Amino acid sequence: MLRNILLALVGAVVAMTGISSTTVQVAADEQFIPMLVYRTGPYAPSGIPVANGFRDYYTMINNRDGGINGVKVTFEECETEYNTKLGVECYEKLKNKGSTGASLVNPFSTGITYQLIPKASVDEVPILSMGYGRTAAADGRVFKWVFNFPTTYWSQASAFIRYVAQQEGGESKLKGKKIAHVYHNSAYGKEANPTLKALASKYGYELILLAVDHPGQEQKATWLQIRRAKPDWVFMSGWGVMNQVAVKEAASIKYPMDHFVGNWWSGSDADVVPAAAGAKGYKSATFHSPRSDYPVHKDIMKHVYGGDQSKAKSNSFGEVLYNRAVVNAMFAVEAIRTAQGKFGKRALKGSEVRWGLENLNLTEARLKEIGMEGFTKPVKVSCKDHETGGPIIIQQWDGSKWNIVSDWISPIREVVRPMVEKAAAAYAAENKITPRSC
Amino acid sequence: MFYRETGQFKSSYKADQAIFPLSQDRWFILFLIIIAFLVIPLTASEYLLQAVMIPLLIFSLASIGLNLLVGYAGQLSLGTGGFMAVGAYMTYKLTTAFPEINIIIVFILAGLISACVGLLFGIPSLRIKGFYLAVATLASQFFLVWMFNKVAWFYNYNSSGTITAPPRELFGITVTGPTATAETRYIVVLAIVCVFALIAKNLVRGRLGRSWMAVRDMDIAAEIIGIRPFQTKLIAFSISSFYCGLAGALMVFLWLGSAETEAFSINESFYVLFMIIIGGLGSILGSFLGATFIVCVPILLTNAPQLFGLSMPIDLQKHIEIMLFGFLIVFFLIVEPHGLARLWQIAKEKLRLWPFPY
Repeated sequence: MLRNILLALVGAVVAMTGISSTTVQVAADEQFIPMLVYRTGPYAPSGIPVANGFRDYYTMINNRDGGINGVKVTFEECETEYNTKLGVECYEKLKNKGSTGASLVNPFSTGITYQLIPKASVDEVPILSMGYGRTAAADGRVFKWVFNFPTTYWSQASAFIRYVAQQEGGESKLKGKKIAHVYHNSAYGKEANPTLKALASKYGYELILLAVDHPGQEQKATWLQIRRAKPDWVFMSGWGVMNQVAVKEAASIKYPMDHFVGNWWSGSDADVVPAAAGAKGYKSATFHSPRSDYPVHKDIMKHVYGGDQSKAKSNSFGEVLYNRAVVNAMFAVEAIRTAQGKFGKRALKGSEVRWGLENLNLTEARLKEIGMEGFTKPVKVSCKDHETGGPIIIQQWDGSKWNIVSDWISPIREVVRPMVEKAAAAYAAENKITPRSC
Repeated sequence: MFYRETGQFKSSYKADQAIFPLSQDRWFILFLIIIAFLVIPLTASEYLLQAVMIPLLIFSLASIGLNLLVGYAGQLSLGTGGFMAVGAYMTYKLTTAFPEINIIIVFILAGLISACVGLLFGIPSLRIKGFYLAVATLASQFFLVWMFNKVAWFYNYNSSGTITAPPRELFGITVTGPTATAETRYIVVLAIVCVFALIAKNLVRGRLGRSWMAVRDMDIAAEIIGIRPFQTKLIAFSISSFYCGLAGALMVFLWLGSAETEAFSINESFYVLFMIIIGGLGSILGSFLGATFIVCVPILLTNAPQLFGLSMPIDLQKHIEIMLFGFLIVFFLIVEPHGLARLWQIAKEKLRLWPFPY
């Protein structure tokens, strides 16, 4: 009997596999945005606030304005576990949904972005990898479909070096200093290395590269090396559980925390809270304010949570990564709005949204209108420059919240941009792409 | 009734020793192949091809490779991910260095290099057995992945350490790279898997396969009857690595399009090992069944709530999926410890007797 049931089960499984690709239809004239999220796995601490931020901003736009100029935003989440294979599967699943297909995709993973870059141009779905992904994509002549504004890993690394120079009292003081880079041993973590190396030869500091393997729960050896080498500054490119472990380890070897600076993916609340008092003084780069008292937050609180503070808090409202996702969702919405100015107020195709991304011009005045004045910096994208080289700012954890401790620091464009163009040209040659003329 | 051999007389050794001596099996396989080559590419959606069929075939190939080693030769190995990485990185190196060589030949060459690496890491198998060997092969997994991450030559010194499949053509049709359609890639993978599955099936039916099984069942007895364990085990390692390397190459070039070393982590090795355990050790069919189970069930479970019109939070859905998947594995292993291939055999027995079981 049991055997028979089993056989029936096997049959059912095989039969259902065939029909599993049926898709859910979305009503016409709704702008569909796929959401590749990771709410489970070792990267969930970083992934959950990001996913919530996106969801809340789009919901707020729908509830407050009835969509973007009346076109409702629809979205669907797909769980990737920060795994590139699942990410690609999610992308394939969602790219044709909605009346016009995916308007744009935010992979929120450098690994997945790398996978999607070649596919995007074929499927005509623009990628907005905001401050992550392939840095060379900043050259819009080669990477027509990829955008990584407001700033990139390379710009960030150069701005970090500039920050160190400021703290040390001038660029000449960098000579002979030791700077360590603790990085996630993946495409993402390695991104900053070429810039740090180029700047090391320019300014004469000694660069120590320390790789941490995925997922980064084991870092004793790394921090032993740091204890031995005694670098003057430590820069970190971590993500997920790796960050909290690194902060804890740094605290346990009594490394001066104010000389330990994470990149913008290594500076969220979840990264510092587990290390408790030890994390006090830890710094990280960012490109938006960590505060949550801007008009846009008040709107989200009102239109999404109905003023329910505790419910909002449990949905990571106001955390650093939540804010970042809000910025990212805002870029997406504003790009669609820009594109609507040219193509009309209707649901737009990916290729039309791409035009919107490329012609996005967020001025200080516009930021004020959407309640984000002072929250982030204006952005002006162009055909040639998909990065815009926006400035970064340093935030510091005081034991209970993040505070801004520096002015806006511009990246060293004259070093970074030629490297970007060189890398983009190499990519174009390898993949037989003819760069556009801009 | 449906599966009766009565009346099928064999009048030559050739007919008696055919892979599928029963006409039902022959027709069924032929039918399956026609569906796979003609019906699926014409009807399936891009998502089905890209997310289900191509990975299914590639993992089937890797499972066949591992099954030759673990299931037939009895050498437990956890180095699959590493050998797949060798295949992928070597294909990348070869095809970027010599773009004019036909991509299929590059795949085969990369497989051969992978076989040589497998040979090297197979040497400890002469001294150590069972779980201890598994630990030794684990070293190859970690070493190979570390090497591909560390030595920039393997990824042509690009800053991210990612290898990307450049566009390559076969008979004037682009088969790799972003512009290759899912249908073309599917057909190429399918053709390669069919050919190599046939080769594997014949290998295990022949002298080599018998000597593997002899070594597996009792190596001292095998030695006494004249099988050299040294050569036999090393050949098993190299052929197995060839298959795994080929699967790795197909994975990057015909499925993912680009990859970093994380795609070949230890999880991949476990993944393929689970496939052959669930599918059935020492069975080529089992390799396919196991790969189907492990590739399809999670996708099915992910899509199931939508299929039934349920909406639930995505993280809850994922957790339920993981639990159900684990439960199904345990369930199938309790019900049939010899894997899905054995279950299939039982089903055939039933069909033979139906409707009068005794």
